[in-house]
Amino acid sequence: MTVLEEIQKPNLTREEMEYAVRKLGRQPGSVEWAMLEAEWSEHCSYKSSRQVLKQLPTKGPRVLVGPGYDAGVVDVGEGWVITLHIESHNHPSAIDPYGGAATGVGGVVRDILSLGTRPIALLDPLRFGKLDSPHSRWLFENVVRGIGEYGNCIGVPTVGGEVEFDESFERNCLVDVVCVGLGKKKDLVMADADTLGDLVYLVGGSTGRDGIRGASFASRVLTEKSDTERSAVQVPDPFAKKLIIEAVLEAVNSGLVRGMKDLGGGGITCALSEMAAKGGTGMRIELDKVRKREPDMHAAEIMISESQERMALVINPKMEDRLIQTLEKYEIPYSRIGTVTNDGQLTITMGGDIVASAPSRFVAEAPLAHHSSRKPVYIDKLEKTNHPDAPKDLGRTLLRLLASSNIASKEWIYRQYDHEVGIRTLVKPGDADSAHLRLPNGKRLAITIGGNSKRCYLDPYWGSVGAVSEALCNLAATGAQPLAVVDHLQFGNPNNPEVYWTFKETVRGITDYLTAVKVACVGGKVSFYNEDAETGTAIKPSPVISAIGLVEKQTRLIREAFTGKGNDVIIVGETGPEMGGSEYYEHIHRVTGGTVPRVRLKTEKKLLAAIVRTLRSNLALSAHDCSKGGLAVTLSEMAIKSGRVGFKVDLDKLPGKAGRIDEKLFSESPSRFILETERRKTNRVIRSFRRAGILAGKLGETTDDQHLSFGDRMQTFRLDLSEASDIWGRTISEIMEVRSQ
Amino acid sequence: MPQVAVVQYPGSNCDLDALEVLQKIVRVKTDLVWHKQLTHDNYDGYILPGGFSYGDYLRAGAIAAHSPSLKIVREAAKAGKPVLGICNGFQILVEANLLPGAVLRNANLRFICKWINLRVDNNKTPFTRKMKMGQLLRVPIAHNEGRYYLEPEQIQTLEKNGQVVLRYADNKGDTTMDANPNGSLENIAGICNPDHNVMGLMPHPERASQSELSPYNNAEGRLIFDSMIETIRERNEGRR
Repeated sequence: MTVLEEIQKPNLTREEMEYAVRKLGRQPGSVEWAMLEAEWSEHCSYKSSRQVLKQLPTKGPRVLVGPGYDAGVVDVGEGWVITLHIESHNHPSAIDPYGGAATGVGGVVRDILSLGTRPIALLDPLRFGKLDSPHSRWLFENVVRGIGEYGNCIGVPTVGGEVEFDESFERNCLVDVVCVGLGKKKDLVMADADTLGDLVYLVGGSTGRDGIRGASFASRVLTEKSDTERSAVQVPDPFAKKLIIEAVLEAVNSGLVRGMKDLGGGGITCALSEMAAKGGTGMRIELDKVRKREPDMHAAEIMISESQERMALVINPKMEDRLIQTLEKYEIPYSRIGTVTNDGQLTITMGGDIVASAPSRFVAEAPLAHHSSRKPVYIDKLEKTNHPDAPKDLGRTLLRLLASSNIASKEWIYRQYDHEVGIRTLVKPGDADSAHLRLPNGKRLAITIGGNSKRCYLDPYWGSVGAVSEALCNLAATGAQPLAVVDHLQFGNPNNPEVYWTFKETVRGITDYLTAVKVACVGGKVSFYNEDAETGTAIKPSPVISAIGLVEKQTRLIREAFTGKGNDVIIVGETGPEMGGSEYYEHIHRVTGGTVPRVRLKTEKKLLAAIVRTLRSNLALSAHDCSKGGLAVTLSEMAIKSGRVGFKVDLDKLPGKAGRIDEKLFSESPSRFILETERRKTNRVIRSFRRAGILAGKLGETTDDQHLSFGDRMQTFRLDLSEASDIWGRTISEIMEVRSQ
Repeated sequence: MPQVAVVQYPGSNCDLDALEVLQKIVRVKTDLVWHKQLTHDNYDGYILPGGFSYGDYLRAGAIAAHSPSLKIVREAAKAGKPVLGICNGFQILVEANLLPGAVLRNANLRFICKWINLRVDNNKTPFTRKMKMGQLLRVPIAHNEGRYYLEPEQIQTLEKNGQVVLRYADNKGDTTMDANPNGSLENIAGICNPDHNVMGLMPHPERASQSELSPYNNAEGRLIFDSMIETIRERNEGRR
């Protein structure tokens, strides 16, 4: 079947088709059907999620633009703004990991550019199957290369990321990209076409048959035939993107651009219908003017092609000459494809004939899809899992955890990313829980990610609360005040009531957490259909949260490496017997089950504030939040990163309800921090936490004997720092450099 | 008053970084010059910045090396003015035959971004005059094609002329295999022409010119720019 024949059978439900006929008062033509299919795809329309997402808090004192635009915008003072967005390219990456990942970066960079801001940093949350599978290694290798080569070439540093390996991602890897932009508030451009007579320009790449129906492809489950759908994957051209970035920013800074939107999912259809709908206008577009790279393209193909590196610009006719000058300087191809009208209609012509004509708002706003939801039966069953016995050799257990690919060093990944370009990166990958970038107003921006699919599978509500908490704790552990978050919500097929229930629980969890800490969600993305029809497996529910924070005053940079011997080691927060989804259960005992850790929503805001206050007063030398692998891994990482400082801790002093030694060592109770303090300051620090109603206590001290020593009144054990460091450091690179050959 | 040009090619991406360091840190008058606008040798010194000029199509630096702007750079080099190529700028200078040898794909076939040590093996060049012989500079690399290569018999000539300026070294200053990030011949990181006024290096001194950006809290990359500007000042005074 040719693409064209397929387009004539839209991938829409019967209700949607009936709605279209009713609203339009006639049968849509083939081009109109193709447009509706693209724009009403889950990918572009959020038709299954919009209603549920409404509950998220989206306003805050610094929030200038919330969800609904290409990126959220936050005011960081002195006339500067930060833009933030997260996108994924899961379906394309599953069949073409290099091209899929690279164009994923390209897409989110365009979103940031659409607001007239310069992309200044990328972060990449990734999820793959386990690395003992050759298929997962192939995906991992090429996704990392795709992200690296694209980001490196366009000169945007990749400053952080997060990876999780789990069987449920074997076929459906998750490739998410976060992009941060920087700009002047006065230069912000919105995706509105609100002025009659303005000109519509299409700049950048030409339009071809690549990425045809990409949005619709991403809105279905993968099948055994998906491999033959490579034409749905776009082709990356980072060099062209770099030129577009420079040309567009030059045009924006010269005040030449009135409205702008990138061409991503849904191509021309999505960009133009949404700009016109937002501006309350219409557009008249001549497809003959669109530059094409292939002959004989059908109007429908032009309307929905997702060829990369294209931007739609709406400009005042008076600015036309200057815009052309700028584009020609950078040798960027362009064409004027139409004008903004006041009839509210999106009118598309080709060869003098009208091939499509529909109200822009009707095209841009898909009818909602309704789904039923049901709590999956497995949830209650898995929660009641029995505790496995504690292993005898705890030292060996800790070494095995340090060698788990979910915990081991991610240096193999970030060495391949240019994380320095732009000369803003103050805290580099691997140095602390958040990356820090310097801003032109003298402040520092902190950026980080939180996510934990294993927990979200067992309990999507508390798992999601934990994911947002993880991100905000990462900010706090570097002394940054939270500014805003974006969320990426990734699930299987929403028509499955159990999947849809996990989606609703996830949004409820994120909402409750953000409400409790008073932080806004300024944007995000939903990706459904991460499911593989061949094996019938859906991914574990995977919300991924990216958070940004601000350090207003120049305080010392806090990293996670211990700084020297003879200092005190303090723990803040409570450790409970909450082992569900922990790396200890999953990796050591191969147990999926148990109780998922619960954040104390009532005290979380106070806790984060107290941590930030302590770090800003220079009362701690180093800090690290406790996450995967629990207390034992957190302490080990602080020692490993120092390269020379060991520690000795007494587990009897650990605050909280954890009783067994394995719980104390490996529980992943949330909202806990390890601080290294000078001995003379320890009491002051502990008192200040207790005054705020937060449990904190001294666990032990740092040493120069190169040992990681743990003990309670019953037993002690210790590891050599060099052995721990070696196994943690080499696991992933060894798998990737030796086995892949 | 010295005046420097940072030449911008389509795909340059360390151009703004070099500009910022020269203007704000080294405090020298510097223009960002779009390659097509470089039609006359009006500057006292030139910097070819890092990036992926012309998308690294064909070979890294190959297309920029044949652009008309290189005629001006060549003219300036001939007149004895300092010309510095950083990363992709180094690749351009090699492709333009202003520097000998070739810069090949990293030995591990991967892009590498990390902080390394450079050992100063000639402190008499216009770019290293403010350093001591054997001094270590900590600066980052970030490249996919940084493995320097030259016919082994030509290396001796290079050595004899003092053209090997910078080598990758360990913390003790030894040029070990482990200290060599990309497999460069004899750990070579930076070389100059026989007249010493054209230098190329793979590492990024502009990323190590402010201590807050360095994990070691240093700013040793700056010495390269400081040396270059001192050279220009001296040349300008000599002419007066």
